[in-house]
Amino acid sequence: MNSTFDISAIVAILATAMTITRASAVHALLYLTVSLLAVALVFFVLGAPFAAALEVIIYAGAIMILFVFVIMMLNIGDVAADLERSWLTPSIWIGPSFLAVLLAVELCVVVAAGGYGHRAGSVVDARAVGVALVGPYMLAVELASFLLLAGLVAAFHLGRSITATD
Amino acid sequence: MNHSNEIAIGFSNIVFGLVFLMVAASLLTWIERRLLGFWQDRYGPNRAGPFGVLQVVADGIKLLFKQDWIPPFADRTVFVIAPAIAMITVMLAFAVIPVTPAIGIIGNLNVGLLYFLAMSSLGVYAVVLAGWSSNNKYALLGGMRAAAQMVSYEVFMGLSLVGVVMLAGSYNLTAIVHSQQHLWYVVPQFIGFAVFFLGGLAETHRLPFDLPEGENELGAGFHTEYSGMKFGMFFIGEYIGIILISAFTTVLFLGGWYGPILPPFLWFALKTGVLVAFFVLLRAALPRPRYDQFMAFGWKLMLPLTLINILATGAVMLCWSTS
Amino acid sequence: MLSVLLTLWYTFLHLFHRKVTVSYPDEMPYLAPRYRGRIVLTRDPDGEERCVSCYLCAVACPVDCISLQKAEEAGRWYPEFFRINFSRCIFCGFCEEACPTYAIQLTPDFEMSEYNRQNLVYEKQDLLISGTGKYPDYNFYRVSGLAIPGKDKGEAELEREAIDTRSLLP
Ligand code: SF4
Ligand code: SF4
Repeated sequence: MNSTFDISAIVAILATAMTITRASAVHALLYLTVSLLAVALVFFVLGAPFAAALEVIIYAGAIMILFVFVIMMLNIGDVAADLERSWLTPSIWIGPSFLAVLLAVELCVVVAAGGYGHRAGSVVDARAVGVALVGPYMLAVELASFLLLAGLVAAFHLGRSITATD
Repeated sequence: MNHSNEIAIGFSNIVFGLVFLMVAASLLTWIERRLLGFWQDRYGPNRAGPFGVLQVVADGIKLLFKQDWIPPFADRTVFVIAPAIAMITVMLAFAVIPVTPAIGIIGNLNVGLLYFLAMSSLGVYAVVLAGWSSNNKYALLGGMRAAAQMVSYEVFMGLSLVGVVMLAGSYNLTAIVHSQQHLWYVVPQFIGFAVFFLGGLAETHRLPFDLPEGENELGAGFHTEYSGMKFGMFFIGEYIGIILISAFTTVLFLGGWYGPILPPFLWFALKTGVLVAFFVLLRAALPRPRYDQFMAFGWKLMLPLTLINILATGAVMLCWSTS
Repeated sequence: MLSVLLTLWYTFLHLFHRKVTVSYPDEMPYLAPRYRGRIVLTRDPDGEERCVSCYLCAVACPVDCISLQKAEEAGRWYPEFFRINFSRCIFCGFCEEACPTYAIQLTPDFEMSEYNRQNLVYEKQDLLISGTGKYPDYNFYRVSGLAIPGKDKGEAELEREAIDTRSLLP
């Protein structure tokens, strides 16, 4: 199990790096999807199969598809890829990557100091997730549903046909 | 020793399963044409070999030797990956099907149902990426239709299964089958059954819901530019998808391997076979709806139906447990 | 919704209907004598070639696939060569309609596939048959006024005695 965890973690990191450096938007999205799948595997190995399945269904299966859909609709061609390439100059990526390296170093130090949290011992099954959601996290769930409802109303408002109003 | 033995058994299981699937899917191409023929007062392919079975071999040889052309304007990598995704996702989904208590690869996975939904949601990528990477407007239109259609119908498909999960109290497919020992879920969950089957039809983009392909509007839709074995992979992937949806409907609603007299495996095969034939019958009988009708059907009829179904199931279960 | 289910049911019932397919090579379909298939050149009841090289069929042919050359022998006209390119022929039957002598006829035979396109060009010896085809009794030279050896003017069937225009007698 340990090697599964390590491999998928490395895949996730590599795929994320590729996501950032790809010039073509669709390729970047594909790498992001791979990274999400790897993260799902990590969840699974850590004993959270429910979260893993949801990660794949919702993130990889629905949200990323919508991204790909939008990019397909815009049909960005080589021009956009060239523009993207011109943005990938050192002066642009040096700042964020410096900060990221700093974070990575911090993480390494924490892990080396033994602060590496213990892996979840028991498997968290769907029932446990459900109980947690409608138990202690009820308020958060309700807030999230408010947010989604607001989003729904806004989308409906924006998407309503313009000719119908006049 | 014991551990390696287990791994060996698992591997042989997987290899056997894959071979069985491939053979079944390619046979299905022939079965479908024969059945379509019968339903249209024709014979269908009946020349090559006994009853025309060898037509499958002929088609395979033809697909292998056709020129496998990648258009110069296509996005090469994505173009090549897309058909592979189509095959991989449907085949992976088979891993969790408990054919019988003894036959099956990981039929006991505790999130088996969600695993199936996850795989079918990843299947969308194949179609969408194929449509995009072909760099062809018909393919792109097909890909966009596929994305919208499959993402929408996945919602209903997922929601239609909630009732089953509530009744069985588990996402484990083996447990779901076990809980149907006395009553198949098609009876208490008929709406769920119907919606799941229609959703599966949309998910495999089979006729009459083959809008992503729609050959009389879009050429061949998302696989317009594909030829040779890459097309073959989409083709076989579609047939494996049919078997997949039929097998899942059997597991979730028709009581899996349970049945009198006959051995469990035969019962499973029989139920799946009948559903596959029903897939073909749908193709033979019904015309393709218009795209907006199709989407409206989904969002305005199927979604409320599934929600009501969930509500009703919950209410009945509550009353049952309190009384 | 009900109509959809009914459609499914009726389609299902077709499983038990009679098949309309004619399994062709095992089971030959009936073709009427007027079927327009392979073209032949026929002979008159006396066994002579009917074609008089009038070119009417070549003119009528919409795809220009007939070519022939007139020759003459003792008052009778006949084609020196007669060639039909069946890779172009559309089997419309216009040639048959145009022919004044019933020489060119279409027959109920359509199995003319070839691997080599050149083999679809039929020459006169390929076209000419020894029989009379669909019109067994018709003999053009016996009903036309043309003089040929053995039949002078006025001797054809239903033909009146030739009038001597120089004579004063009624
Ligand atoms: S059948 Fe028609 S196309 Fe053929 S040779 Fe006669 S006139 Fe020409
Ligand atoms: S129309 Fe008849 S007679 Fe005239 S050339 Fe053709 S086949 Fe001969």
